Amino acid sequence: MSGGALVGIVLVSHSAGVAGSVAELARGIAAGGAVAPVAPAGGTADGGLGTSAELITAAASAVDRGAGVALLVDLGSSVLTVKALLEDEELPAGSRLVDAPFLEGAVAAVITASAGAPLEAVVAAAEEAYAYRKA
Amino acid sequence: MRDAEFFRHWLEAAAAAVEREADRLTELDSPIGDADHGANLLRGFTAVRTALAGADPADAPGALLQLAGRTLISTVGGASGPLYGTLLRRTGKELGEASEVSDEELRAALDAGVDAVARLGGAAPGDKTMLDALVPGVAALGTSYRAAGDAAEGGALATVPILARKGRASYLGERSVGHQDPGATSAALLLGALADTAEGTA
Repeated sequence: MSGGALVGIVLVSHSAGVAGSVAELARGIAAGGAVAPVAPAGGTADGGLGTSAELITAAASAVDRGAGVALLVDLGSSVLTVKALLEDEELPAGSRLVDAPFLEGAVAAVITASAGAPLEAVVAAAEEAYAYRKA
Repeated sequence: MRDAEFFRHWLEAAAAAVEREADRLTELDSPIGDADHGANLLRGFTAVRTALAGADPADAPGALLQLAGRTLISTVGGASGPLYGTLLRRTGKELGEASEVSDEELRAALDAGVDAVARLGGAAPGDKTMLDALVPGVAALGTSYRAAGDAAEGGALATVPILARKGRASYLGERSVGHQDPGATSAALLLGALADTAEGTA
């Protein structure tokens, strides 16, 4: 941990509305103290459905406080674009693609990061969301 | 030996082929995808053209392919962006900084590029993806560039009866059968453009 900096969270969705709303929900549930930096990267740069590498790199830079960045993704090209950007080292050092359900993982990640947990714990909390059965 | 001019021609020919076939790619992507493959690739390859025009004239083949790959990742907006971007970028990295590469070196580099695509997408031949054209196409490079183009074309046609196991089409299950995969089709365009370039007909 670098001086108590919070882990940043990036939410990558095919839709700007989805990414923005999930960010808002996660921030709202985490509210009560400091809330970790969260940035949505939804849709294409011109507002369509899809994935934008530019929006993702900008969002990751915006939330990077030096403690790592957890990226949660929804479908197909969101996953592949983040993997390709990581492969090419175009995201901040300490960026991680999180294998988690998008909404539930985002809420768990933001709450955990807001509590000052390190990247490993944030990633683990988001991934644990898969284990919660609803029926 | 193939110099930077050859690679510029290839990428130009690929862009021209995408431009020519964009509507057909989108048509193929309508029944089993989200009907944007042609438009997405057209946007990507138009950006590649612009990037190439602004590239350093001294850039080596490897640098040109990496530039094209990065451009596709940042502009396409769909899964074909990171996949084709990875193909070209990895191939370019394999070519290194040599100003000229042999056909054998290009074949080995493309092999590595196709492997990287398979790892990124977690797909294998037979999943009804671009790999169904890329894998036989690159394998046939050992024979000739034209053989590679033809094998890729054959691979794309052979995706028609396959049940999709990756991507948007995989949600359709049996309903994905009977449609040619748009990704395999665009991959055949890429290798067809390579063959045309090698024969000087592009």
